Parts: sequence; C-alpha cells; structure tokens
Amino acid sequence: MTLTAPPQTPIGGVTPAPAPPRRKRRLAGTNPATRTLISSVDLQRHRGLYFTVLGLTITVFVLVFLVPLYWMFASAVKSPAEYALSTPTFIPNSWHPENYATAWDNMRIAKYFTNTVLYAAGGWLIALIFDVGVAYALSKLKPIFGKILLGAVLASLMLPASALLVPAYLTVVDVPLVHVNLLNTPWALWLPAAANAFNVYVLKRFFDQIPDDLLDAASIDGAGKLRQLWSIMLPLSRPVLGVVSIFIIIALWKDFLWPLLVLPEPDAQTLSVALSRLANTSQVPPTEFMAGLAIASVPMIVVFLIFQRSIIGGLSAGSMKG
Amino acid sequence: MAVLTAAEVRESRTARLRRKIQDNLLAYAFMAAGLLCFAFFSWYPLVRGVILSFQQNNFVVPPYWVGLENYRALFDDPLFYTAWKNTLLFTGLALVFGFVLPFFIAVLLNEFRHFSGFFRILVYLPVMLPPIVAVLLWRYFYDPGNGLFNSLLRSVGLPESQWTQSSSTAMISLVLVSTWANLGGATLMYLAALQGIQGELYEAAELDGASVWQRLRHVTLPQMRFIMLVLLLLQIIATMQVFIEPFALTGTSNPDTITVLVLVYRYAFTVNQDFGLAAAMSMLLFVVLGAFSALYLRLTRTAD
Repeated sequence: MTLTAPPQTPIGGVTPAPAPPRRKRRLAGTNPATRTLISSVDLQRHRGLYFTVLGLTITVFVLVFLVPLYWMFASAVKSPAEYALSTPTFIPNSWHPENYATAWDNMRIAKYFTNTVLYAAGGWLIALIFDVGVAYALSKLKPIFGKILLGAVLASLMLPASALLVPAYLTVVDVPLVHVNLLNTPWALWLPAAANAFNVYVLKRFFDQIPDDLLDAASIDGAGKLRQLWSIMLPLSRPVLGVVSIFIIIALWKDFLWPLLVLPEPDAQTLSVALSRLANTSQVPPTEFMAGLAIASVPMIVVFLIFQRSIIGGLSAGSMKG
Repeated sequence: MAVLTAAEVRESRTARLRRKIQDNLLAYAFMAAGLLCFAFFSWYPLVRGVILSFQQNNFVVPPYWVGLENYRALFDDPLFYTAWKNTLLFTGLALVFGFVLPFFIAVLLNEFRHFSGFFRILVYLPVMLPPIVAVLLWRYFYDPGNGLFNSLLRSVGLPESQWTQSSSTAMISLVLVSTWANLGGATLMYLAALQGIQGELYEAAELDGASVWQRLRHVTLPQMRFIMLVLLLLQIIATMQVFIEPFALTGTSNPDTITVLVLVYRYAFTVNQDFGLAAAMSMLLFVVLGAFSALYLRLTRTAD
C-alpha cells in the first residue's frame, strides 16, 4: 500500500543533460511503472504547459484548502475591531495571541478539551480490546455459531447510524437488563464505539492471514489462548492495530450527532458539541470563537501530519475491500 | 491396533466433548464484551426501532401500541415531504460536486510528477477537521455582513449574496461547505484506483493513435468503473444522512433546508419529544438506505 507520494525517481529524465538550467527543470519518472494518461515524454515536450497547469493547480489548492484554515488561525489573533473591518486584512495588523488563552479560559475549552481527550482515549482502548477479542475468537478459536455471529456483526455494517439513533438513545437512557442511565457518562460514547463491525472485519481478515502453525507451536510449548494472542498475534498485527487505532480515535474526535444526544449536560460535553452550543448561545466575540475552532482542529491536524501515510493508505484500502 | 473397550470409547468421547465445551467457553469469553456492545447498541436498537415506530412513546405516559398511527401522522405532516425533497436535492447537488469533481481532480493530480504528497495532504486536510468546526468556520464566511465571501465579492465588484439566509441560496451553501469538507476522501480513493491502472494499457492505446481524451474515455473510465460505483453508493448513503450542515447553519426548523435526519432529531429531541414518530421516520430512511447499503456490501464482498 504505497499510496502516498510515489518514490521520487531521481531527476534525470529522458536525455541525460548535464546540469540543466534552473528554469527548465526535468520531469522525473519515465519508467513504465509510473505511466499515466499522458506519457512522460509528452509532458516533457509540453513542459511549459505542464508547469503552468501545475502552478495553477497549486494556487487553487492553496486558496481553496489552505486559506480557509489560515483564516481561522489568523482571525483568532486579530482584535475584534480589526475582525469587523468591511475589507478584511489578510495579514493581521493587530497581534493578539492572547485570544487563544482567553478562549481557553472564557469558553472553558480546557474542560471540553479534557473531556474529548478522555472520550477518545477511553473509547480507543475499549473498542480495541473488545474488537480484538471478537476478531481473535472468530478467526482462530472458531467457536460454534461463529459464522452466524460474524454474519450478524457484518450485517450491522448495513445499518446506517441514523436509523438507530432514537432506539440507541433510549438504550443509553435505560440500558436493558441492568437498568442504568448512561447519559452524560463516558460509557455512552465508549460502549457504542466498540460496536464497530468495520474494525472487527479488518482485524479478523488480518488475523486470518497469520498461520495457525505458529499458534500450534506455542500451544505445544504450553502457551494458553490469551498468551498466544498477546505474544504472537498482537506483535504480528502491529500495522493493522495501528491503522484501526487511528481510525477509532479520528472517528471519536469527529463525532457530533451522537455526543450531542447523549451528553446534554454542558460539563460532560465534547469540544464539538460545546462549540456548537456556544455558537448559538454565548456572547463570545468572533475572534475568540475562531480561537476555539482552531484549538479543536489542531489535534486532528497534528495526528494527520504524523500518520498521513497510514491514514491515506488505510482509506484507500478500506474503500476497495469494504 | 489396540481394540478399545466400550467404556474407554465413551470416556474419550466425553473427554473430547468436555474439551470442546471448554474451548467454546473460552472463545465466548473472548467475545463476550464486544458482542454485548453489538447486542446493546446495534442489534437490539434495530428491533427496538421497529417496535418503537408502532408505539406512542414520549417518556410522559408509558408506551402503548398505536399501529400505523405514527406513519399516518408522518404522511400528514407537510414537513415530511419538505424534508424528503430537501434531502434528495442535497444528495443530488452533493453528487454533482462531490462525486464528479473529485474524479477530475484525481485524474489531474495523477498526471503531476511533482508535489504529489503536498496535493494529497492539502485536499485531505479539511476532512480531518471535526465537521462542526468546518461548518461553524463557514458560518463566519457566509455572514452576509462582513463575512469573507461577501467581502471578496465586494472587492471584485460582484453582487453580494445572502448565502444561508436566503431560501434561494441556502441549500447550495450547505452543499458547498459539505463538498469542501468531504471531497478529500473521494479524491484519494480515486487516486489510489488510478495508480492501479496498468501503464501498458495507456501505451497500447497511444500506439493505436488514441488521443488524451480517447484514452481517458476508453482506458481510464472503464478501469475506474468499479470504484466509481462503490463511491457513488457510499456517497448516496452518507449524504442522505446529512445533519450537521443544516443543524449548525440554518437550524432545525428552517423549511428551506430541513432534512430527513434533522426532522428525526426535531421529532424526538426538540419540540415534540415523540420518539415513536421519530422512529417511524428513521425506519423509512433505513429502508431507503438499507437498499443502497445492501448493494454496496454485495459489490464489495463479491469483489474480494
């Protein structure tokens, strides 16, 4: 799955010209493996056009995808007066980075941020442990009714989240059999996060590829099932565990509608839900609110920049294999 | 070969049985926690949802059966039709932008020999934002007074727009922010599929004298047909459940943008507190989406 940046073939191109002038850069990638719609030879021939289109695309991409984010971070440091100008300033004239600190205190972002981290971390741990357990048992222990259970788990892939919204909410309000109310508790996010058929499916597929011989050998050496899972399966499954973990955490951080329903108490809310509430009810100046939005985005942007390879790779693989 | 006595056979059989039971108990112990989560938050709510849609349930009086009354009430509510019409409009518009545009972006990006990592990161950056952040950010951009968009329009001398606050532009405004926030995913999936196309196919087509356009039409498109179909289904399923955009930009009672899921939310959690009515609405949405989901799963699983 090398879906991120294809390896940069050394610049050298078709005809090895010694030290080409800077303006006329050579195009990389002439081997047939990177052959696309337009051949590298053609691109080379229309170099001017190629670099024009490339430059235009870069400009459009920066304008469309980067400038809005820049705007969020930059507006947050403006003074309210500057923000309200009818011709907005691209580079802030006034410089108030303390807006971030004010937002952190005034909007109680610290509280919501900690909540969100707690929900994401706990949900990740629970979903991972529970789903690994299910996947391991279905893949290697092969219990009776295993096939039926796998079918039932996969069938829930077909259930759109919205269809279960109301009954799942009522389940959280009064969990059947045990009759506890999970509203405003982390469990209301953690337990549904574990009911993720996609995770189970991806993990089971990976576990299926690990040869049974390895486990049998360990078994002869006296390792129990838990030990086999811990010492053989999990170390071999590190890549898939990483990808699944990233996706669980991103999903929990981005989730909105479910936390909105099950966390009505302001003190229990996630950053997303709190921001949506504050956007409608509070008197926060727009600059501070922008700071709030920026703070909510930073963790995800950082996660993305660190794990972009796994995220982009997992995304592409996931789409094809369902 | 040693001949076993009947007692020995029986004993080894019970031993085997006991081992088997033990193994199964162990396997179910591993699965117990996860399966309980599925049972409580996936399987049981499905059953409960069906039951709920035939009940009057509002937390005030104990639930009782009302037959098809909820469904009848739905069909009597003018908002019901508005919500479906808006949802279909949103889905249609979102497909025009969110399905076609990423394809062409991916084809373009796939031709570039420079900055490919840069493009991928940029296009996917908005997808990483919490959706509510993207939508609230755009709410500031859409501000009819000094929002970024109207300031820009003003500075180049174009007429300003009321964006989300006018019924003629509200829906398209929602589609624009949704497209911006989600287009990265489809683009990257297309790109991955494009990289799987064998270079020889293009070589051969070119030798046969096919122009760039013909190669796109007769080599790229047929090779992409499967992933395009998959993405089409995925996007229909996702966009028909649109919630955050109307919820945060235009509110839960605006007839210009109210969607099916917003109406579910409205029935259950704002004015009515009528869970039966909301469940009936969810069931209808579920039937429509279930058809697309089934098709999607069928496609992707048989392709394995």
